[in-house]
Amino acid sequence: MSGHAFAENQPDSFAFTPENEAKADALIAKYPAGRQASAVIPLLDLAQRQHDNWLPRVAIEAVAKKLDMAPIRVLEVVTFYTMFNLKPVGKYFLQACTTTPCWLRGSDEMMKCIKDKLGLDNHGASEDGMFSLLEVECLGGCVNAPILQVNDDFYEDMDYDATAELLEALKQGKPPPVGSMKGRNMSESSAGATSLTSLRETEAAYVPRPPKPAVEAPVDAPRDGGDS
Amino acid sequence: MLKDEDRIFTNLYGWFDWGLDGARKRGDWSTTKQILSQTPEEVVELVKASGLRGRGGAGFPTGLKWSFMPKVVGDRPHYLIVNADESEPGTCKDREIMRNDPHKLVEGCLIAGYSMRACAAYIYIRGEFYNESRNLQAAIDQAYDAGLIGKNACGTGYDFDIFLHRGAGAYICGEETALLESLEGKKGQPRLKPPFPAAVGLYGCPSTVNNVESIAVVPEILRRGPEWFAGLGRERNVGTKLFCISGHVNNPCNVEEEMGIPLRELIDKHAGGVIGGWDNLLAVIPGGSSVRCIPKSICDDILMDFDSLMAVKSGLGTAAVIVMNKQTDIVKAIARLSYFYKHESCGQCTPCREGTGWMWRVMERLVTGEAEYEEIDALEQVTKQIEGHTICALGDAAAWPIQGLLTHFRGEVEDRIKEHKASLSTLQAAE
Amino acid sequence: MPKLTVDGVEVEVPQGSTVLQACEAAGAEIPRFCYHERLSIAGNCRMCLVEVKPGPPKPQASCALPAADNQEVFTDSEMVKKARHGVMEFLLINHPLDCPICDQGGECDLQDQAMGYGHHSSRYTENKRAVEDKHMGPLIQTIMTRCIHCTRCVRFSTEVAGVTEMGLLGRGETAEITTYLEKALASELSGNVIDLCPVGALTSKPYAFVSRPWELKKTETIDVMDAVGSNIRVDARGSEVLRVLPRLHDDVNEEWISDKTRFSCDGLKRQRLDRPYLRRDGKLVSVSWPEAFAAVAEQMQALPGEAMAAIAGDLCDAESMFALKQLMTSVGSTNIDCRQDGAKLDASARAGYLFNASIAGIEDADAILLVGTNPRWEAPVLNARIRKRWLEGGLTVAMVGTPADLTYKVETLGAGAQTLREIADGSHGFAEVLKAAKKPMMILGMGALTREDGAAVLAIARSIAEDCGMIQEAGEGSDAWNGFSVLHTAASRVAGLDMGFVPGAQGKDVAGIVAGANSGEIKFVYLLGADEIDMSGLGKAFVVYQGHHGDAGAHRADVVLPGAAYTEKDGIYVNTEGRTQLALQASFPPGEAREDWKILRALSEAVGKTLAYDSAAALRTALVAAHGSFGAIDQVESAPWAAFGTAGETSDAPFGQAIENFYMTDPISRCSAVMAECTETFVTAKAERTGTEG
Repeated sequence: MSGHAFAENQPDSFAFTPENEAKADALIAKYPAGRQASAVIPLLDLAQRQHDNWLPRVAIEAVAKKLDMAPIRVLEVVTFYTMFNLKPVGKYFLQACTTTPCWLRGSDEMMKCIKDKLGLDNHGASEDGMFSLLEVECLGGCVNAPILQVNDDFYEDMDYDATAELLEALKQGKPPPVGSMKGRNMSESSAGATSLTSLRETEAAYVPRPPKPAVEAPVDAPRDGGDS
Repeated sequence: MLKDEDRIFTNLYGWFDWGLDGARKRGDWSTTKQILSQTPEEVVELVKASGLRGRGGAGFPTGLKWSFMPKVVGDRPHYLIVNADESEPGTCKDREIMRNDPHKLVEGCLIAGYSMRACAAYIYIRGEFYNESRNLQAAIDQAYDAGLIGKNACGTGYDFDIFLHRGAGAYICGEETALLESLEGKKGQPRLKPPFPAAVGLYGCPSTVNNVESIAVVPEILRRGPEWFAGLGRERNVGTKLFCISGHVNNPCNVEEEMGIPLRELIDKHAGGVIGGWDNLLAVIPGGSSVRCIPKSICDDILMDFDSLMAVKSGLGTAAVIVMNKQTDIVKAIARLSYFYKHESCGQCTPCREGTGWMWRVMERLVTGEAEYEEIDALEQVTKQIEGHTICALGDAAAWPIQGLLTHFRGEVEDRIKEHKASLSTLQAAE
Repeated sequence: MPKLTVDGVEVEVPQGSTVLQACEAAGAEIPRFCYHERLSIAGNCRMCLVEVKPGPPKPQASCALPAADNQEVFTDSEMVKKARHGVMEFLLINHPLDCPICDQGGECDLQDQAMGYGHHSSRYTENKRAVEDKHMGPLIQTIMTRCIHCTRCVRFSTEVAGVTEMGLLGRGETAEITTYLEKALASELSGNVIDLCPVGALTSKPYAFVSRPWELKKTETIDVMDAVGSNIRVDARGSEVLRVLPRLHDDVNEEWISDKTRFSCDGLKRQRLDRPYLRRDGKLVSVSWPEAFAAVAEQMQALPGEAMAAIAGDLCDAESMFALKQLMTSVGSTNIDCRQDGAKLDASARAGYLFNASIAGIEDADAILLVGTNPRWEAPVLNARIRKRWLEGGLTVAMVGTPADLTYKVETLGAGAQTLREIADGSHGFAEVLKAAKKPMMILGMGALTREDGAAVLAIARSIAEDCGMIQEAGEGSDAWNGFSVLHTAASRVAGLDMGFVPGAQGKDVAGIVAGANSGEIKFVYLLGADEIDMSGLGKAFVVYQGHHGDAGAHRADVVLPGAAYTEKDGIYVNTEGRTQLALQASFPPGEAREDWKILRALSEAVGKTLAYDSAAALRTALVAAHGSFGAIDQVESAPWAAFGTAGETSDAPFGQAIENFYMTDPISRCSAVMAECTETFVTAKAERTGTEG
């Protein structure tokens, strides 16, 4: 991310937990021998998940050491990709997409609601550490725009009220199911699918929309790296 | 309208089990071994015969691309790289494939990998698609467990691995050489070409980078035969295509349709029409944010395929249709895209690093009209100074939306300046 | 050999050339910022765009495009002009217009090229970008707002210097060059990034706001801070040397110089000996030249030859050593030595003390054995050549001595002579590596030779060279190869050995002279710029010090004769590979100090043994007449292989370090405030850190 400065309060040390150390080794094993640098993004992600969703300097150096890379090369990667946080973020890290497709569908309303309810502007964080907000670029869910990403999960079809509802639920620690806040299924038309409908009858294995995992903050439960 | 039986992505909306059992019920993995009993050259020929053109934006013939790989494996292994870094504003089709029909991609990887004698595929998925990556990884694991990939894949004697690699937030990694750099553990800064990936790709080895959709449609094409696919659409623009319809439509959605479907039909039949009716349409960005927008007059009867849109100086791109009705501040809509490209410029080469910021700043002033008339021409020149002068296509992609705006909506831009000047003189008069 | 046309001119270029190189071959100038012959290709500045047919209908970066048969290249077409103007405009929109206060002004690539390709005014009306400056240590000043992101500095430090500490953080227009945590760039070659920076983003900190290039008198000369003989340009204003820059010499220093070469010149201004001195009542008092000469002549005339001795220091020019040798010979003394570090080098066989493989020859080697040397400190530029060869692949490097980070992979075989014996008798596995190599090489440093058993070590080294195939005669399809290479640390050493500035018959070497002075046997010692010997061991001898700095020698001296530093005289130097090079005077010695040969010539007259030359040209003629190799400027004559060294016992002690602190090795660098700061930053601080952490 731009703004390449480290956070002011830095921990003295960082080490992967034994569990994550094993995960790191498994991640490295995906790449040919001698190409361990390929695992730099996965390992930084793992470190970030272990460390309250942000990367202290010592974690960057630990990853560099693990991968036999120069720390400057790892820092280049950290500062190039937007998903690495050099500073602490809220328990619920709100990433609001405001790129044109989301903007056309009312992302301004979503931002306004966040401002109204949490008092947060872009890059802002709530004092209790519960929320922080970052405006992000296209999240790749444009037919479900606007999208508000909360930690790992996309909340879709946001408007002012839906945003208010979501924020309230998060405050209560009861995140709603991931996906459309309007109850729409995936990316099918909200008026009902206009294609594939003939298959619905014939497909014996039709299962209704499966229940989705609710959002968890990484502080509570470190997620795996999406590779298990 | 495309018939359901001609649709490839039968679980596009996730109604059914995305896992291996469900996928098998939908026909996936049914004749894989047979397909792989052909020589790699034969597979490539079939894909060529199908007329499939790359679904990532550029529309390069997929079979031809595969044929660039060396015919024998030398001392360097071959790699298939799947570009799942879907980040082009407007585009959200690969996401659906990966979370709802991942086995189509996994099977496609095996077949494509076989045709180019690859030892492995790396699927580079954008980091934000965390939940999608879990489904896809689960599908990969299922395929390993069922012996479909890995050692002796599908019992064919061919060894093939598939690895999922998550990115971390960088649009530029959708550019194939930036993706390779990123996959090697570096910043995603595009490489100079030549050499091309087929000669020097991942780890310096022959590599081919394909979009998710391009790979995922291959098994079905080979099962039904290339003639089936080539028989849909029109010449050079064949087959089916996933369209993403977003913006000012009543029901934004993804849908698989026949290539060459009229834009109006696509919007009206699948997306519930333009908000406020067709006559309330202002413009459409028909292929993801990087292509030039087209005004309603063109939208009225344009066909959604590569060549039709190229003919009107736009493009099919990723077939992400961004609809803007007459209530849209189109200058602002494009200015927001300019910000996007400025934000996503890797910073490597001069015209893009410096030019994207310049264009965005001018665009922001054009939104409010705080500019001089001659700045419009200057802006257009700046877009031309970027276009064709950069290492990768991001420079072009940043230039084209503005060029589209100035081509079709120059009057709108001029009016803003005029209004602003008028408001200034009113103020002065008041003083 | 692709054949192509550039602006209609047909050229044929070597296979693997780029279009940019083809354009240059055809005489078409291609503007560039990021491209540099000695760095990897980045292709990012886009200034070198040309039109190429056949090809896409857009301009191509000529630096990255391979030249191919039948290409038609246009460097002056409308398309190209537009492209260059466009790129230049982009480069300038965020570049500050601070040329009047920029140290790069007047020698700035961006400034120069803006004259050719820039618009007369800017269309950019937005705010310009401001970038925070970065700390990069005592040598490199950063004004990062000026940076154009060409990444030459990143590529140089990573590729050539071998320190992966610089990088480009962030992306897009917020991308910034920095070192990790803004640490000082820990490389002995760091100053080269200043030359490489095409704008004023990285400039010389010691030279900040000192001068403008057009105020400077530029003198092309030779460096003496090590034995590489780097080709340099000395920029002086009046009598003050303001900076030192590298010159191009592909066979010596390519276009790099070490930080000591570049930045120690402030030492030329401090503690200079600018008047003759005579010790009266224990105190040095200023005297006139005739008084000083009279005092010296009195001693020299009174004493027998065997009671007198002379030692030449490490920075001496060949002419003054030759004159001193002749003077000592004329008074009957054979106690002369140019090896003040006591190296057991054998002057009788030239091949025994030269870097026979040549510096450029390193690029042909496929196995290198380092013996008692840390080339990174003793000759940083030569070390960069080893790294360059290593990066190409197919080079094995091993060392016997003190392990150090040399910026390439080195296997440590052992610490001392015992390991060397094992390689010599074939019991050590590395002997096989050397034998299997096509062009094996040994770099023998002073750490192995400046010891009691140095002559024995030299003999073992010779036998390894002979037994492991390092000495190859020219054969059919193969050139002769001599991989036996002595790495000197003293700029004067090879010249001294070439002219036999070593003990003559019954003469004493440095150790003998010091012992003799201590015992009273030697009553007169002439130190020609020699400061590195143990002055406390000179007993009651009458000591004359001729030199330029108030260092150890002057402090001990009874008479001080103020001489000229290397920038203040013409002189011949012979580098470690035996290359004779001519240094030119860039400024004048301070005060009453004089060129050294003139001092000796005048002294000889006072002594009554007038030397037979009264001009520099005549002296040089005499030198060449006596030793022909001094006449072949910039030539390296290969030396015939011969026996050298003396078989004998060796001690078990590990080989020492010839240099303890790279930044301070001689009277000039010891007086340099900049070098003192470097010592603090890179040596002392590091030692303390290791101490507390260890």
